[in-house]
Formats: sequence, structure tokens, C-alpha cells
Amino acid sequence: MITKIAWKNIWFKPLNTALSIILLTASVAIITLLILLEEQFEKKFSDNIDGIDIVLGAQGSPLQLILSSVYQVDAPTGNIDYTEAKKWMKHPFVESAIPLAFGDNYRGFRIVGTTPEYLTKYGAALKEGKVFVNNFDVVLGSAIAQKMNMKVGDKFFGSHGDAAEGEVHDHQAYTVTGIATPTGKVVDNLILCNIQSVWAMHDHEHEEGAEAEDQDHDHEAAADAHDHEDHDHNHAEKAHDHEHEENAVISEEGKEITAVLVKFRSKMGIVTWPRILAQNTKMQAASPAIEINRLFALFGIGLDALRYLAIGIMIISGISIFIALYNTLKERKYEFALLRVNGASRLQLLSLVLIESLLLCVTGFIFGTIVGRVALLFISGSSEDEFKMSFNPFQFVWEKEGYLFLLTIFVGILAAVIPAVKAYSLNISKTLANA
Amino acid sequence: MIQTKNIHFSYGKGTDFSFPNIAAVSGETLLITGGSGKGKTTLLHLLGGLQRPKSGEVLIENTNIAALSEKKLDHFRGKNIGLILQQSYFVASLNVLENVVLASWLASGKQAVEKAKQLLAELDLKEQLHKLPSQLSIGQQQRVSIARALINEPKLLLADEPTSSLDDENAFKVADMLSHLAKQYGTALVIVTHDQRLKDRFSNQISLS
Repeated sequence: MITKIAWKNIWFKPLNTALSIILLTASVAIITLLILLEEQFEKKFSDNIDGIDIVLGAQGSPLQLILSSVYQVDAPTGNIDYTEAKKWMKHPFVESAIPLAFGDNYRGFRIVGTTPEYLTKYGAALKEGKVFVNNFDVVLGSAIAQKMNMKVGDKFFGSHGDAAEGEVHDHQAYTVTGIATPTGKVVDNLILCNIQSVWAMHDHEHEEGAEAEDQDHDHEAAADAHDHEDHDHNHAEKAHDHEHEENAVISEEGKEITAVLVKFRSKMGIVTWPRILAQNTKMQAASPAIEINRLFALFGIGLDALRYLAIGIMIISGISIFIALYNTLKERKYEFALLRVNGASRLQLLSLVLIESLLLCVTGFIFGTIVGRVALLFISGSSEDEFKMSFNPFQFVWEKEGYLFLLTIFVGILAAVIPAVKAYSLNISKTLANA
Repeated sequence: MIQTKNIHFSYGKGTDFSFPNIAAVSGETLLITGGSGKGKTTLLHLLGGLQRPKSGEVLIENTNIAALSEKKLDHFRGKNIGLILQQSYFVASLNVLENVVLASWLASGKQAVEKAKQLLAELDLKEQLHKLPSQLSIGQQQRVSIARALINEPKLLLADEPTSSLDDENAFKVADMLSHLAKQYGTALVIVTHDQRLKDRFSNQISLS
């Protein structure tokens, strides 16, 4: 009954109530969004570096190397010599080493030359078909198969480089031989083939002049988005050569790859390799864990700023509830006196004021939780388009959202304390006598 | 049945009141009159348990309410005392019926909806059940507060200047209605007033001086 009165009371002043609820909703929505983003973002990032201690790649920005070869979001730093890389892949420290060669994409999805080990590393099995064996056999990530509505046996042409608008390699089609199970990791959005395929696809364009190869390394295994423009001429001239290279084993001599994902047997390597490689080779060794921490530290500033903003709004909403309750107290003191006359106890009045505030807070919290998730849904949509990274708005981070709920309740109690105590200690005789 | 024994009250700063002993039995009406500043409202508040006397006893059905704890007093007041104030106050967000039902819930923990409807119908408020109190006229509001005061069938009904804002015709109507209801519900009725019209109407009077 007290709750019913409280409920009727808050809707008796719809504008005050709306203001308080909107402010609470805004702050709870921002914080919920942050909690979910942080949780899922970090999980996505750390899931993908599980079992990768070091990434070998061309010199350049280590962060770029990690982003391109682990998360598949940035352009590669360049290529490394396969023979050279192999020496390190066979190093006694190394437990496993997975080579990656980038070259093409299909409608924006990267085609990555690698070994079947890559699938196992990310915990992907084959839902249908079999793994790539021959050149130009590909395994599709589950998300691609779904979005593109492709199945085993389909053929398609890749485009050169990173961009979907790149030059189409129309002399040789890829054949889908398998579709991977969903993993929630990068592999869902990749098209995988063997490394030979990548070489074969691009070799093709270079056979006219072996001497050009020295300057033109990039074209071969992995081509950056920026270099494919000056590359067109080769292709046009030589497209008629070599119709099929399936199963033709290409010599590894002088070939290049983009990166190697290394897992160490001895963790010593994590510390020593970056220095050794920098001194002795043209390659670099970057630690995904370190680079991602650096990235998060950068993000962290922005996230912190948002968090302070949200807490600021929450304080303002607390003040708004306080002012609303306090202001109406003057006109409501007769109402309170009357309730006392009718037999209400002091505690019932105290709880009436508290419940009014808490109802506002709980309503605000519920709306905020919903609005935050709707916002995440939109963000997920755009990040899916841009980074092939989606978020699940229906996840509940019970612990952190529980704290947020407690914080909201705390704000509600704090805002109501003074008005509630005033209602509690109201002198009914004086109130009614001075009427 | 209400009676007082030697009640004395002080606001401090030299405003002291010593009230004559009063008594009213069930169904009877007692008028307390006196000019401004003679402590009429104070006495009413003492009788209603809104104030505690400095000394003396207020006995309602043989319970000395001056000695009850705060919480017990709240409960006793809700159950046994009906109060009609000079100005009518309501929980503004609740409608007429809910306001009356609320009084029954506060006193007994039960919502006497049917009884409230019947009582309001008796007071000619049948059409107003679902209106907000602020939408009613002053006279209607007063009748709602009478209904509210009677919903728990109290032992004592206190009215503070119930006719001060009414014209002659309505003043007599209200006076008749109050004494009639007091008889019907077996309630001792105490009216505090300086209204000459009521002094002419009720013979059982005590004047404060």
C-alpha cells in the first residue's frame, strides 16, 4: 500500500519524475554500455591472442603488425623472407609456428594463406567439407559462409589487396572445400587456404621478369593495399599464361610470407627474441600481449573520461531527485501530518519517501540497462561493418551490473535521506495548527 | 467515551494552559467553545493524541493515551480517533475512494473498499469516488474527510471548526449530519468551535476561558 501511494505520488508530478528518470537512464545506459563494451572488447582481444606468444613480421610498427596479423584489422607491415623466417620457426624454443601470407580478399573478407594448424589454434573444426589440401582450395569462416550464403563446392574470384574494390584475379578461382565451425574469434571472418595458393595466385603475375622480383617483393605473397595500383600492368600482360597451377609445388626459394604466429616452448623467447631479431635480421618480433595492453591503455583514457561523465550525470540525477523530493516536502507536510493522524507511523512516512526515490532509481536503472543495450546493438552493427567485430547486447555482466544497481540504489537512498528524515520528524500538531 | 483529568499544557515562554475536565459518552455531542488564543486547537490536539499534555490524563475507553509510546499512539489514533480538520487535507495523488480506503488500511491493515463506498454514498459522494480530491468543492472535500474519519468506526470523533467556511444552510446540514452519524456509529463527538450557529444548535457545551 505504501508502495502504491509512492508510485501514485511519483506520477502525480510527471515532469519532475521524467527529469529524474531521464538523467538516471542516461547515466546507467552509458555505464552499462561501457561495462559491456569493455568486457566483450577485452575478451575478444584476449581470446584471439591465446596461445600466441610472439608474432614475427616485417619491421615497422609492432602494434600494426599485431593488428594486421592477429586481428586482421590493419594493413600488414610488409613481407618477410620465408627461408629466413623458417630458420626461426625451427628454433628449439618454438613449440608451434604458423605462417601467414596475405594477398587477396573476397568482398572485403581476407584470404589468408596458412596451415590447417591455424584453424586448430582458434578452436575451429570443420562443420562441412574438408580442410584445404590443394592449391586454391579454401575453408570459409562460419560468419562468411552465413553472410555470403556460400556452401562447399562454390567457386569465387579474389580481389587483390585489402580492399573489396581491388583488381580481380579472374584467371584463377578459389573453390570452397570446407566451412569452419563458429568460434567467436577472427577466424570466423577469414577465408583460409594454403600458402602455396597465395604464391601461385601472385607468381603468375610476375613470371615475365625474374629480375623485377627483387624490387617487387610485395606483389608476391602479400600485397599491401597501397601498392596494388602500380601493379596492374603485370597482370594484364600475363593473364593468359599458366592456366592452372593446382598441385604444382612452388619452390619456396625466394618466396615471402607476411607473418608467423609463434608459441614458445620456453617463455624465455618472449623476452629475448624481440632484441635478437631486431639486431640480427630484417624482421621484428612483437608480443601481442604487450601491444594490446598498450592499446588498451590508450583506449583507457577515453573510457575513463566516459565513465567520469556517466558518474557526473548520476550525481546530477541524485541531486535532481533530492530537489524534487525536498521541494514537494513543503506542500506535502500536511499530507504527511494527515497520514499520521490516520494512524501511519513515523517509519511508514520515512519508508514512503525512501520508496518514492527508490522507485525512480529502479525505473531509471531498468530503462538504462535497456537503452545501453540498444546502443550496443547499433555500435555492434557499425563495428561489424567496419572491423568484422560484433558485440552481444544480451550478455549480462552480473557482477559489474550488480554493482551498478547497488550504486543506483545508493544514490536513491542518499537523495532521499534528508527529505525522509524531515518527514519522519514532522511535528504533526504544529503542522496542523499553523495551517 | 472520553474523559480528561486535570490536563495541563505548556508551549513554554509563559503560554500555559490548564483545561477544565471534560467528558463525553458514546453517541453524545460535546461542544468546546472559546475565543482565539484560549487553547481550543491545543485541547483538540491533546484529545486527538497529536500532542502530549505536560500533566494529567486523557482517557479514551479507559486508555490513557498520554502514556502510550509513539508507535502505539499512532496505532491507537488510527483505530479509535477520527479527526475532521478545519481545512481538508488529502493524499493529493490518490482519488477520493483511495483516500478513504487508505485510512482503513493504516488503522487495521485491511482495505475496507466496500465500506468506504457505502459510507461515501451515504454522504452523497457516490459520483465522486474516482475523482481527485482537488477536483471537489470545499463542501464535498469536507464530507470526504468526514467519511475518512468514520471509516474505522472510531470511539471518538473530533471536529475542528467544521462549519467555519460554510454558509448558514450548509453549516446546519453539517452539524445535523455530524450528530446523526455520531449517534449512528456510537461515537463520542467533540466539536471545537467559536461558531455561534453551532452554539445555538448544541446544548452540551464547555467554554474555555
